[in-house]
Amino acid sequence: MIRYLLRRVIAILPIMVGVSFLVFLMLHLVPGDVAEIMAARAQGGGGPESVARMRAELGLDAPFHVQYGRFVRSALQGDFGRSYYTNRPVLVSVLEMLPYTIRLAGAAMVITAVVGVGLGLLSAVFHDTWVDRLGMLISLGGLSIPIFWSGLILILVFAVTLRWLPITGGTEWQRLILPAVALGYDGAAFVARLTRSSMLEVLRQDYITTARAKGLRAAVVILRHGFRNALLPVVTLAGLQFGRLLGGTVVVEAVFARPGIGRLAIDAILFKDYLLVQGVVLFVALTYALINLLIDVSYAWLDPRIRYT
Amino acid sequence: MTSAGTGSDARRDRRGSARHVIRHLVRAPSTVLALLVLGTLGGTALAAPLVSPYDPLEQNMGDFLARPGPGHWCGTDQFGRDILARIIWGGRLTLQVGLISVAIAALAGVTLGLSAGFYGGWPDLVIMRFIDLLLAFPSILLALGVVAVLGGSLPNVMIAVGIAGVPQFTRVVRAAVLGARGLPYVEAARAVGAPERLIMWRHMLPNVLAPALVLGTTSAAAAIITGAALSFLGLGVRPPAPEWGAMLSTGREYLRHAPWMSIFPGLAIMLAVVSINVVGDRLRDVLDPRLRLE
Repeated sequence: MIRYLLRRVIAILPIMVGVSFLVFLMLHLVPGDVAEIMAARAQGGGGPESVARMRAELGLDAPFHVQYGRFVRSALQGDFGRSYYTNRPVLVSVLEMLPYTIRLAGAAMVITAVVGVGLGLLSAVFHDTWVDRLGMLISLGGLSIPIFWSGLILILVFAVTLRWLPITGGTEWQRLILPAVALGYDGAAFVARLTRSSMLEVLRQDYITTARAKGLRAAVVILRHGFRNALLPVVTLAGLQFGRLLGGTVVVEAVFARPGIGRLAIDAILFKDYLLVQGVVLFVALTYALINLLIDVSYAWLDPRIRYT
Repeated sequence: MTSAGTGSDARRDRRGSARHVIRHLVRAPSTVLALLVLGTLGGTALAAPLVSPYDPLEQNMGDFLARPGPGHWCGTDQFGRDILARIIWGGRLTLQVGLISVAIAALAGVTLGLSAGFYGGWPDLVIMRFIDLLLAFPSILLALGVVAVLGGSLPNVMIAVGIAGVPQFTRVVRAAVLGARGLPYVEAARAVGAPERLIMWRHMLPNVLAPALVLGTTSAAAAIITGAALSFLGLGVRPPAPEWGAMLSTGREYLRHAPWMSIFPGLAIMLAVVSINVVGDRLRDVLDPRLRLE
């Protein structure tokens, strides 16, 4: 297990180097003179001196490979430069917004898992009945309704019309419910479809027939023999789903005017604060890689065949 | 799937032939309905100058935030512009983003996947490591990164959404090529001395088309959502241009007093995406039963 873990960790290192290079490259791919654009925004002027100062600050006068070396060295020390949008170090700005996004993503993930797996399980067990069809209709809705619209409809129904939940004011937990439902439903649709197909596949296996023939109760057959095996592909693809979830937070935070990493990214892009954009992109990509690593490891833990191949 | 029919019928109606696909597509009522919805959305968008009841940009301050009713079936916005007219014209932008960005993703992805799968060795290694790199970013983050660099505009949104779709196409096409590489007819072509490039484009490409077409359909739905999301976030098509995502973004500010400003453009996006997904699911069943969800 430890060797497997080590192998997985080593495998993501080249990806991380590549990611850092792409993020570093962003600054160089901006059309026009990035120092000029940023100086105009940051120092309100953009005269030759402030452009020169910005160029020096960004280290743009050094050769390309030296710049990349410096970028990696500073990044490893947690130094991503200073954001002129928040007027604070980039890392501090990101970390400040992190709890909001973690709460949103966490709550949404719970909804995704519970609703998605539940819906998929019901659809598979009641295959080809109205339960199945209703389940898949709900799931088709989740796949097809954009979050920014379901979010607005949730606000319209539960906040504006029924006044059950606040959009502004109220406690943080009250404000979390609607965004988490919007984001969670989006993911649940995908998980439901996957759980259903995986479960249907498993229910056709011989060992399920054997378990049934032994006279085990239906619930035991479905949950202990069927569901545990059906869960494997669902867990693997949960990594992919988490990427969608992270992306979704960007949109949900905008719809509900919530603070968070996604909102910070949008503001940074609109404000052309490229250092902040770089910091957020790198941070999210790193988080994504780590979560995928965790999922890989949990997969190996669930399925011993993986460890030994 | 279906009985093969008589010999000559079977030849004319081979699996994967256009006739076979169309015949099976229109057999399911839900697919017919979805195609009708798509036809209506696409048709009205194309014929916008003829069918639109108003000019989508024409302001009428005497009639602002009017409720849906005769005259304005979907109501009007804060400048008295007709929402229905804006949805019809907006279809041009939103659907265009879906189609063109998928075309970009497919063109790049098919070329990369075909080359990686066919040549193997270091081209495969380089291409697939590059794809792994792109996959390290959640797709909307990748699109955001591209927009951050290039700036927000309609063509840049298409490029951004297109680039975000490249990894999926590359992987699917590469897998299809790897599956077909050892097939007897490919070996036969090689044995008679057919040039590599001919084998790749003439014999491999058709194997790749079915999965690429299925992926293209579902990707179009995702691309419409991502494109509209970028405009919703203020990074794509800007107001006053009537793009569905941008319309929702404006509608959000008037949610309390004029919910129709948000409801109708959202419905349009949802109808387009649901219909494309239904057609895509059916297409997958017809073209590639192995990928079927059950």
